[in-house]
Amino acid sequence: MKNILYILFLLPTLMLSQEVLKGVVMETQDTNNELPVLDANVVWLETTIGTTTDFDGNFTIPYKKEYKKLIISYIGFTTDTIEINEPNFLRHVLRPKGDLDEVLVKTRRKASATSYIEAQNVIKISSAELLKAACCNLSESFETNPSIDVNFADAVTGTRQIRMLGLKSPYILITTENIPSVRGAAQTYGLSFIPGTWVESIQVTKGAGSVTNGFESIAGQINAELQKPLTDHKLFVNAYGSVNGRLELNTHLNTKVTDKWSTGLYLHGNLRDQKFDKNDDSFLDIPLMQQINVMNRWQYTDGEKGWVSFINFRFLNDEKQTGQVDFNPDTDKFTTNAWGSEIDTRRYEVSAKLGYVNPDIPYQTAGLQVSYSDHDQESYFGFNQYNIKHRSIYANAIYNSIIGDSRNKVKTGLSFTYDDYEELVNADTFARKENSLGAFFEYTFDNLDDVNLTAGVRVDNHNRLGAFITPRLHIRYTPWEKSALRFSAGRGKRSANIFTENQQLFSTSRTVNLVNSGGEIYGLNPEIAWNYGFSYLQGFTIFGRKGDVTLDYYRTDFQNQVVVDWENPDEISFYNLEGDSYAQNFQAELNFNVADRWDVRLAYKYYDVQTQYRSGKLEKPLVPNHRIFANTSYETQKSENGAQWKFDTTFNWLGEQRFSSTSTNDVAFQLPENSPTLGTLNAQITKVFSDNFEVYLGGENITNVRQDNPILGAEDPFGSNFDTTFVYGPIFGSMYYAGLRFNLN
Amino acid sequence: MMTTTFAQNKNAKASIEVDGVCLMCKSRIEKGAIKTKGVKSAVWNIETHQLSLIYDERKTNIKAIEANVAAVGHDTKDVKATDEAYNSVHDCCKYRDETIQADHKKPKGGGGN
Repeated sequence: MKNILYILFLLPTLMLSQEVLKGVVMETQDTNNELPVLDANVVWLETTIGTTTDFDGNFTIPYKKEYKKLIISYIGFTTDTIEINEPNFLRHVLRPKGDLDEVLVKTRRKASATSYIEAQNVIKISSAELLKAACCNLSESFETNPSIDVNFADAVTGTRQIRMLGLKSPYILITTENIPSVRGAAQTYGLSFIPGTWVESIQVTKGAGSVTNGFESIAGQINAELQKPLTDHKLFVNAYGSVNGRLELNTHLNTKVTDKWSTGLYLHGNLRDQKFDKNDDSFLDIPLMQQINVMNRWQYTDGEKGWVSFINFRFLNDEKQTGQVDFNPDTDKFTTNAWGSEIDTRRYEVSAKLGYVNPDIPYQTAGLQVSYSDHDQESYFGFNQYNIKHRSIYANAIYNSIIGDSRNKVKTGLSFTYDDYEELVNADTFARKENSLGAFFEYTFDNLDDVNLTAGVRVDNHNRLGAFITPRLHIRYTPWEKSALRFSAGRGKRSANIFTENQQLFSTSRTVNLVNSGGEIYGLNPEIAWNYGFSYLQGFTIFGRKGDVTLDYYRTDFQNQVVVDWENPDEISFYNLEGDSYAQNFQAELNFNVADRWDVRLAYKYYDVQTQYRSGKLEKPLVPNHRIFANTSYETQKSENGAQWKFDTTFNWLGEQRFSSTSTNDVAFQLPENSPTLGTLNAQITKVFSDNFEVYLGGENITNVRQDNPILGAEDPFGSNFDTTFVYGPIFGSMYYAGLRFNLN
Repeated sequence: MMTTTFAQNKNAKASIEVDGVCLMCKSRIEKGAIKTKGVKSAVWNIETHQLSLIYDERKTNIKAIEANVAAVGHDTKDVKATDEAYNSVHDCCKYRDETIQADHKKPKGGGGN
C-alpha cells in the first residue's frame, strides 16, 4: 500500500450553476486502478451541510463563498480536508490508511470453507490453502481437502486421478474460470497441465451443480480461478526441487499497459531427468518428463462504463518417457529389447471473456465466454500405439437480472459446443464430431433469511446425444443459528471417451473388447446419471473456539453408463450398462480452531460404488470403502513485515480396495481379492521471511509406505500377464522437496 | 446530476441514512427495505450507515421505504422507529444505546492480524 499515490487535482470544468459544488470521489486500493467510492462522507468544515457519494462516487453539495474547507472521509481511508476557492468540479482520490495507524478489525479467515448461505454445497479453497501443500499442479491441489480424493499414480505414467463422491474425474466438470477445460482428450493428464501457482482459488461444488456451464457434470464441479494480471504480483518466482529429481520453475510477470489494460505472462517449466527404480522391478518408479507451459493473459477493466474482459493465450508442450530403466527410445521403440513408453502432448488454447455490468443498474450483467483448443497427444506403450487429436470450441452467453427485486435473480443464456476427435488405437482409427446448441434458464430465490433456492433447466440439441433436458435444483434452509441444510438433485449426460479416459489399458497385455451396440459414440450409448444429495452444516463455539461439522450424503444413479470392465485379466471390455450402477458417499467432517492460528480438520468418508458387470454386480475396483482424513495446521503470529512460520500435516488412511479379478491367471499371477489398508503422512514447513519472500520444505509419504509389486508380470513385459493397473498405493516411497517463493510489487 | 427529474424513473437511485450497528441490523434493514413493493435493490453500509436503494418511482417513494425500515425498528433521517418497533430488535442491536454503539466499535476476533 506504500506506493499508493496521493492524487488530487482540480479539473477546470466550467460549471453553469454556481450554487452547488460537484465532484467525484475515487479510491485506489491494492491496484492502481481507480474505483468510485460509494457512500463517502462529504461535509463542509464547521457546518452541518453534508452529503454522501452515490454509486459512481459522484456528489453534489450546496456551495457558498464562506465555505472554504471540504472534508471527505470514508472508513479505512485517510480523511482529507480540501481547500475550495472556486466551485469547480472536484475529483478526489482517497488514500487508504497506512498499515501502522490503521485500527484493524479483522478476523483470520479460514483457508477453505463451506458457505452458510449459498444454495449449492460449495467448498471454497483459497490461495492460502493451496500453499499448504507445495502443489505443483492442479491435480495435487486437493491433498489438504477431504472432499476430493487424490488417487495414487498408475504404475507407468505417474498421473494422479481425482475422485469426487467416489466417481472418477470424467464425471466431474472441471473448468478454469467457468470455461470447461479438463475434458475430452485432456481428461487424463489435463490437471497436471495447470500449474499450481497459476491458480488463485478453487471452488468445489458437490452434487449436480449449475446448468450454466453445460450438461456434462454428474458428481460435481471444480472451478479454478487463475491469477489475474491486475491483482497478481508484478513479479512472482517460484522454484521447486525434490529428491525424486523433479525441478520446477514458475515465473509470473504482470504489468499495466494503459489505464484499462493489464497483461500477464505466466511461464512454467518442469523437468525430471533422473531415473529411479527403488523397488528393483526394472521399471521406472516415476516417468522422466519435461513440460513447457506458457500463458499470456490480457485484462481489460473499465469500471465507469462497466466493461471487464479477459483474453488468454496458452501453449503447452509435455513429454514423458517411462517403462523399463534400460529403455532407450531411439533404439528400442517397438522392439522387444525393452518395454518403454513415450507420451507427447501439445496443446494450444485461446479463450476470451467479456463481461458487462450496467453501471446504473448493478444487478443487470451480461457475459460472453468463448474458447478454442487444439489438443494433440501422440503416444505408445510397448507395442501399443495411441494417438488422439481433439479440437474443441466452446461459447456461452449469459444474461443476469432480477424479477421484481434482488431476492429473485435470473440467469439465462445460450451455449454452443463443438468437438472433433480423431483417435488412432493401434491399427484402428476412430473419429467423431460432436456439436450441441443449448439454452438455459436459472432462477434463484433468496428470502434474505433462512431459505434460498436455485432451480435451473437447460435444453440442448446434440448431434449424438440427441435433444434433451437437464434439470438441476439446489435448496438451502437454515433451521436455526449457524446451520445450513442443503438438498440438491440434478441430471447429467455425457459421451464417454473410452480410450483416453482409460489409457492405462495400453500398459497391459489386455485386448480391447468394444461391445458395439449400435450407439452413437463408437457404438456405445451416452452416459446418463441422476445425482441427489443432502448436506448438513453446523457451526459451533466451544470454550470460545469456533468450529463446524458437516454431514454429507450423496448418491449417483446411472441410467446408462459405459461400463469399463477389467474383470477378465486378458481383456478390457466396454459395454452399455445392463442393470444397476450407483455411487453412494457419506462424509462426516469436523473443522475446529483449537487455539489461535491452530486449525484441525478431520473427516471420515464411506463409499459404496457398485456396477452390474457381465460377471456380476461388483464394487468398482480400487475404490476403498472407508477413508479417514486428518489435517492440522499451525502458524505463528505474523510480525509487522509479514514474517511467520507455518506448519501443515495431512494424514490419509485408506481401507481395503478391491482388485479386479485375476482368478483366471496362473497362480503366480493371481492377486488377493483386496489390497491391504494403508496410511500416508505428508508434512510441510514454510518460513515466511517477509511478504515478499518465503521458503518451504516438505515431505510426502514420510512413513515410506510402498506397494511392493505394483506391476504384475514385470519380469516379462511382453508376456500375457503384464499389467500395470493394479496400483493401490505409493510406488516411490517417501519423497522430500524444498522450494521458494519470491514476489515484487 | 441536477435534481430536477423529467419523468418518473423506474430505476431511481437514492441513498438514505439509517441507524444501526451490526450485520444483524444490516440484514434487518435490507429486508425491511426490499419488502417495499417497487424496491429492486437495497444495500446498507455498516460503516457509513447509508442505505443505497434502487427503486421504481412509479411504485414507491423514499417516504414509504423509510416507513418500512422504521417499522422493523431502525431510525431513518426522517422517520423514527416507534418504541415498540425499536424494542423488537435483538438486544445486541439496540443502536440507540451508547454502550452498545461502543461495543461494536471494538476490534473483533482473535488470532492473526
